[in-house]
Amino acid sequence: MPISGSVIVKKLPGRKGCKECGFPTCFAFAMKLASGGAKPDKCPYLTSETIAALEDALAPPIKLVQIGAGENAVQIGNEEVIYRHEKTFVHPPGIALLISDKESETKVEEKIKKINELQFPWIGLTLKANLLAPYFESGDRNKFTALVKKIYESTNLGMVLISEDMDALFSARDICADRYPLLYPVTKENLGAAIPKIKEKPTPVGVRGESIEELVPLTTKLKDAGIEEVILAPGSKNLREAIRDQTFIRRAALKQNFRPLGYPTIAFPCFLAKDGLKEIMAASLFIIKYPGIIVLSDFDQYSLLPLLVQRLNIYTDPRFPMAVEEKYYEVLEPDEYSPILVTSNWALTYFLVSSAIEAAKVPSFLCVKDTEGLGVVTAWGAGKFGGDTVGAFIKKCGIADRAKYKKLVIPGKVARIKGELEDALPGWEIAVGPREATEIGGFLPEFTRKLKA
Amino acid sequence: MEYKAPIESYSGVVREITIGKGEKALKIGGENILPFHFFDEGSLPNPPIFALEVWDMEPTDWPEWVLEPFNDVVSDPAKWARKCQELGANTVSLSLISTDPAEKDTPAREAAALTKKVAEAIGIPLIVYGSGDDKKDAEVLPQVAEVCDGMNLLIGPVLKENYEVVGKAILNHGHSAIAQTPLDINLLKELNVKLCKFFPADRIVIDPLSSALGYGIEYSFSLMERVKQIGVIVKDGMTQMPMIANLGGECWKTKQAKESKEQGLLWEGITALSFLLAGANILILRHPESLKLVKETIGGEIWQK
Repeated sequence: MPISGSVIVKKLPGRKGCKECGFPTCFAFAMKLASGGAKPDKCPYLTSETIAALEDALAPPIKLVQIGAGENAVQIGNEEVIYRHEKTFVHPPGIALLISDKESETKVEEKIKKINELQFPWIGLTLKANLLAPYFESGDRNKFTALVKKIYESTNLGMVLISEDMDALFSARDICADRYPLLYPVTKENLGAAIPKIKEKPTPVGVRGESIEELVPLTTKLKDAGIEEVILAPGSKNLREAIRDQTFIRRAALKQNFRPLGYPTIAFPCFLAKDGLKEIMAASLFIIKYPGIIVLSDFDQYSLLPLLVQRLNIYTDPRFPMAVEEKYYEVLEPDEYSPILVTSNWALTYFLVSSAIEAAKVPSFLCVKDTEGLGVVTAWGAGKFGGDTVGAFIKKCGIADRAKYKKLVIPGKVARIKGELEDALPGWEIAVGPREATEIGGFLPEFTRKLKA
Repeated sequence: MEYKAPIESYSGVVREITIGKGEKALKIGGENILPFHFFDEGSLPNPPIFALEVWDMEPTDWPEWVLEPFNDVVSDPAKWARKCQELGANTVSLSLISTDPAEKDTPAREAAALTKKVAEAIGIPLIVYGSGDDKKDAEVLPQVAEVCDGMNLLIGPVLKENYEVVGKAILNHGHSAIAQTPLDINLLKELNVKLCKFFPADRIVIDPLSSALGYGIEYSFSLMERVKQIGVIVKDGMTQMPMIANLGGECWKTKQAKESKEQGLLWEGITALSFLLAGANILILRHPESLKLVKETIGGEIWQK
C-alpha cells in the first residue's frame, strides 16, 4: 500500500502560506506527493533524512527494473495488483532464450537466428521473444566470454548472463555492460565479493536464495550498498512451490509494503522440465503467476506463438475492451454491387471477419456496430446487438447511399434477430450468414454470385 | 525488517457437488482457498477434474490430429466415450450437436436414448450439453433427464430463456445443472438467483463461457477469477458454485490449432491451465494428449518433485 497524503502531511513543516513548494498549503503538497505529481525536495524546510524517508515511502512497491538498452530494452516490475481484474498488469515478462556455451556453434547460430526471425503479426502488433540468456556450463571461461561477445555483436537484444563462476560472470559483463545485462546469480556465498564489482559498472543483478527468507538479508545488503536494480529468484524447486513463492513475494511487496521483496522476479522453466511441451506449459503458468523474466531452454514457432499470445492477453488492460470504431469499413475496395455484412466492434471479431473476407477475395462492406467491445453473441445477450439497435445503426451509418442492393448479411449466431431487423429496416432484405468467421470463405463467393445474378 | 509469510485465510466455501451415482460418483468443489493456494489456511478437498468431449455425430470440422485418437470409434458415441475413459478422462462430456435445428435436428427422444446408452457404457460420470439452441434444448434436455432418471448426470446449458422447464426436469429426475450465461458476472448471479427459487444451489455448476487463447481468453479468465474470489473471500452465495470450463471446442476451431498438432495441443493446454489457475473445477478438452500435458503440469513431477 503506497503512503497516503494524510500521513505525508504530518512530516511536512506546517508553515502556513509559505507556498515555496509551489502549492497553496502543505496539505495540497502532500496530496500531490502521494499521487506522484511532485518530489519531496520541493519543500526547502525538510531535512535530507526526511526527504530520503519520504522518497522511500513514495517509491512504487515493486521496483521498475530495466534490462537491455535502446529500443530492445525490457522494463519489468512496477506492478500494482495481485489479480489482473483489480486494475491491470503493467509490464509483460521478458521471454529469454537460454544459450549454453556447451551447445554447438551450429545450434548457437540457429538460436540467434530463431529469436530474430520468430516474430508474429497479431492484431496490429508484432509478438516476439525479447532476451537472450548465455549460460556458463562448459567450465571454460573463454568459451563463455566468446559466446557473450558473439551475441553482443550479432544482436541488439538485452541479456541475462548466467554463471556460477564470478570471474566468468564479470568478464562477460565487461563485454556488454553498456547494454545493461542482468547478472545472475548473486547468492549469500558470493555477495560480499560481488558488491564492489557490481558497483564498477552498475547493471541489474539477479539474487538467488534457497527460500524467500534467504533473499531478504541479501537484498537488504545490496540496498545498503546502493544497488537497487534487483531481480529475485526464490529457488522454487517445482511449480507447486513456485506459485507459493511468487504469490508470497507479490503479497509481501503490495500488501505489507515489505521493501526487501519489492522487486520483480525471474523464473527458469528451462531448469524445471526436460520435455519441450512441459517446459512451455510451465512457462505458461509463470505468465499468469508473476515473474518479470521467464527463461526457456528452446522454442519453435508452434511453442513460442501460444506463449506470446497468452502474455499479450493476460497483460491486456481489462478496463478497456479492445474495440474498433463504429462505422462501415471497406474491405478490398468494394463497389455498389458488393455484399454488405454487419458485426460487432470487438477488435477480435472485426479482425477475424475482415481477414476472412480478405481471404475469400470478395470485396465487401463490413458494417461494425458499437457493442462496447463485446462479441456478437455476448452483445446480443446484453441488448447491444438486437434487431432494433442494429437497424438504427445501419440507417445512420450511411451504407445505404453506397449500395445498389439493400441486402444485409447478419452473423449466423444471431439468426434470431432477423425478423426484428426486417421490421426495423423496411426495404432491406436480411440474409443469415455463417455462424463462424472461418465459414465466410465458403459462404461469400456463392452469396455474391447470386447477388449479382 | 522481519519477513513474515503473508498467509491468508478466507471464510467462504465453494459448495461441494456430487456428479454421477454410486460407484461412478465424483465430488467437485468444496474449497475455501483460491486456486492452487495450498500455502494459505484452508483446503481443496476435491482437485479439479477433466472431461474429454464426445459428439452424437461424426465431427466434420475437427482437425485430423484431434480425431486421430478416436478414428475407430467416432461413429459410435458409446465406444468413443469408453475410449475417453481409457485415455484418462475423469468424466465424459457428450455434446448433442446433431439436435441443433441448423444441423440434423435430431428428435429429442433419439438424443435421450443415445445419452442413456453412453451413460451406461462408461464407469465414470457423464456431462451432457445440448446444442445451445434454447428452444430445441427445452425439448431435448427434459427428455434426456427423464430417460436417464436417477443417474445424476450433469446437464446443461440451462439458460435464462429456458431455465424453468429445463431446470424442473433436471431437478425432478435427480440430476445436476449447468447454469450458463454469456461472460457477465451480473447475468450469472441473476440466473442463479432465479434458478435457486426452486432448484437446490448445491446441484448447480456455473458455466461462465470459455473463450480460447487469443480469442478472448482474458475475459473468461478474469471472470472466473472474480467469481471464485467473490465466493471464497466475499462469501456471496450466488457465486459459491463450482465452475466448468468447456474449452476444447473453442480452442480447436481456431486457425492456430488447425495449423499443426503441437501448436493445437499447446493452444488447448495453455487455455486449460489458465482456467485452472483462474479457478475452474471441471475442464472439458478434446485431445487426450493435451489432457495428459495439463494433468502432468499440475500433478506430475514438474509440479511436485
